[in-house]
Amino acid sequence: MTARNAATILLGPQRRTPNVRETLNRIPEWSRERPTAVVTAGWEDRELEDLPFRQHIEGPVHNLEVFHRMEKVYASDRELHAAVRARHDRMRELKDLHRIRLGHALGAARDLLARGGDSKLLRDEVDDAIESVRRLDSFHADRMAAIQQGFQERVRPWERDAVARHREELRSVLAECPVLCIAGGHVGILLSRMRLLGILDLHADRPVVAWSAGAMALTERVVLFHDSPPQGPADPEIFETGLGVAPGVVALPDADQRLRLDDRARVALFARRFAPALCAALLPAARFEHTGSGVAWHGADGARHLCTDGSVREGAA
Amino acid sequence: MSQVVQALGPHPDPAAIEAFLAEGEFPRVEGRAVTFVWRGDADRVELVHWIHGLEQAQPFQRLAGTDLWFHVLDLPRRSRMEYKLAIHHGGRTTLERDPLNPHLAQDPFGANSVVRGDGYEPPEWAEFDDWARHGEMRRIAVDSRAFGERRVVDVYLPAYYRRTRRYPLLIAHDGPDYVQFASLVHVLDNLIHRHEIPPMIVAMTRATDRMQEYAADRRHSDFLVDELLPTLDAELPLVPDTAARGLLGASFGAVASLACAWHRPGVFGRLMLQSGSFVFTDIGDHGRGPIWDPVVEFVNAFRKTPGLPAERIHLSCGVYEGLIYYNRSLVPLLQDTGAEVRFLEARDGHNWENWRDHLRSGLTWLFPGPLWMTYE
Repeated sequence: MTARNAATILLGPQRRTPNVRETLNRIPEWSRERPTAVVTAGWEDRELEDLPFRQHIEGPVHNLEVFHRMEKVYASDRELHAAVRARHDRMRELKDLHRIRLGHALGAARDLLARGGDSKLLRDEVDDAIESVRRLDSFHADRMAAIQQGFQERVRPWERDAVARHREELRSVLAECPVLCIAGGHVGILLSRMRLLGILDLHADRPVVAWSAGAMALTERVVLFHDSPPQGPADPEIFETGLGVAPGVVALPDADQRLRLDDRARVALFARRFAPALCAALLPAARFEHTGSGVAWHGADGARHLCTDGSVREGAA
Repeated sequence: MSQVVQALGPHPDPAAIEAFLAEGEFPRVEGRAVTFVWRGDADRVELVHWIHGLEQAQPFQRLAGTDLWFHVLDLPRRSRMEYKLAIHHGGRTTLERDPLNPHLAQDPFGANSVVRGDGYEPPEWAEFDDWARHGEMRRIAVDSRAFGERRVVDVYLPAYYRRTRRYPLLIAHDGPDYVQFASLVHVLDNLIHRHEIPPMIVAMTRATDRMQEYAADRRHSDFLVDELLPTLDAELPLVPDTAARGLLGASFGAVASLACAWHRPGVFGRLMLQSGSFVFTDIGDHGRGPIWDPVVEFVNAFRKTPGLPAERIHLSCGVYEGLIYYNRSLVPLLQDTGAEVRFLEARDGHNWENWRDHLRSGLTWLFPGPLWMTYE
């Protein structure tokens, strides 16, 4: 999946400051008379508790029930379920191996950045240390993508009866919906199930509005992050290749809560590591729009992004 | 002489003292130096605290020619100390809270004044958060054969609780005290809301005779495993896995937790032991009175043959507690069992707010949530 010719809009968390409705109003194709499709699979078995969204939209909504559809698929196609689990286990093993290398590489870059000073000797070391992290990121992303691709080619989920039946139903539902919304939640489950049912393929070249984990799933590389978790990993890491319809952007929902945005060294390392991608802080009420050409993004309503000099600036460029 | 009090100058008049007390907070914390002041008629004033290793009663000085008393304590960074003031006057002594200090810590015996050392902040994750989704409490009753009476247990159900899901279970000894004095429900609501722990069920037990039942009493272990757990399992959707079952307890409650895991291995895979009263003897008498006999007998036996009480064990203890030695001694022993062990110390004493402050590190380590993968 590559960039499309329709609007892709990324938003921050919706609970406190919902702005989906306002965003939909700005999309010419959207109409209150026609249903809006929504994917809430990131909330797993709570997928159908979408009343706040429906009330916010004030219009007809088709919840695509992606999570529950895949539960039914798994129940009827054990072979597919086993294959998905095997892929998941393989990815998890690779992720564990990757974390060992990533911790050392990021540690080296952080230590060098912490030395301060501006000598050319130090600058060259910092540059190469960050380049090492970037190479490692690419290596890992390629290996994760290879596992995913191998799975798709071997299992061909869209051609399996159980999946194909749901895809046909979804095709009909989506044909009525000018806009697709994708909510947050568990990004791994959301991404996996959307991919298995090929939701974006069915929605084709029509506008997509996604927030939080939904926004992350649309990017080319899904980056997991939290600077201050109480336990567990704290190094931002590439989870896997995303659906790719939001090119040139790293989506960072709740960045003001999850990242130390006042720590210039951490911000600079983050931005340099993923450059030239736009590190978009998806804060409540903020909006990033991509209109389908190149990798240019438009940031509005308090949108901010992480810069390579360690600052966090308004807008998208 | 305290620098804080020195600022008053020599022979201050009552108005100057009044103004001095009105400006800023007392006790005054300046780095490690904490200045306590008290004003009034007295023959003697003392700071009474429960820091192991310091004289329990620290005398105040009177500022010459005034009724202002003061004492300067060297308190290391990030310390938290509970105290009272002993006022000796006319042959009588009263123990009272510091009237100048608004910070109080409640416990089952009342309340103490609290001084927050430089760098200590009460955890925001333990405060009520209106935005967090709130769980609900349900009460169940268990007719206990072990104790020959009906026992009431409060059960915390997380927000969005439903029977179609399965939940990890934590049994919290002295649960109502954890709720009242360590903000356990707010902590659960907040950590679940932030995805730092999974939605989980917490059974809050209480004892009729705590000092006996929690002192490694086999009836208590039988009650938990043979009576409470089956009742909860029948009424609530629990994950059927030892890694999703834990025990929490502080002080004697920690003894009860460890003793249950030892008496009935393979039932609870997670232990959270706070300031455990793990007194043991290698030689001689423990010297703590007969109520400790069964505890010492249990800990001595446990130290000889610990087995594998649980796969993951979180211990914490205040360095200002007399129990710190026993808890530190337990760490290598538990590690040798093959369990994953985490041990945390805080500059705090044997009290509920110390136990509150460690809830996040313990719960998130024993029951990690989907924080890394969830973006709301």
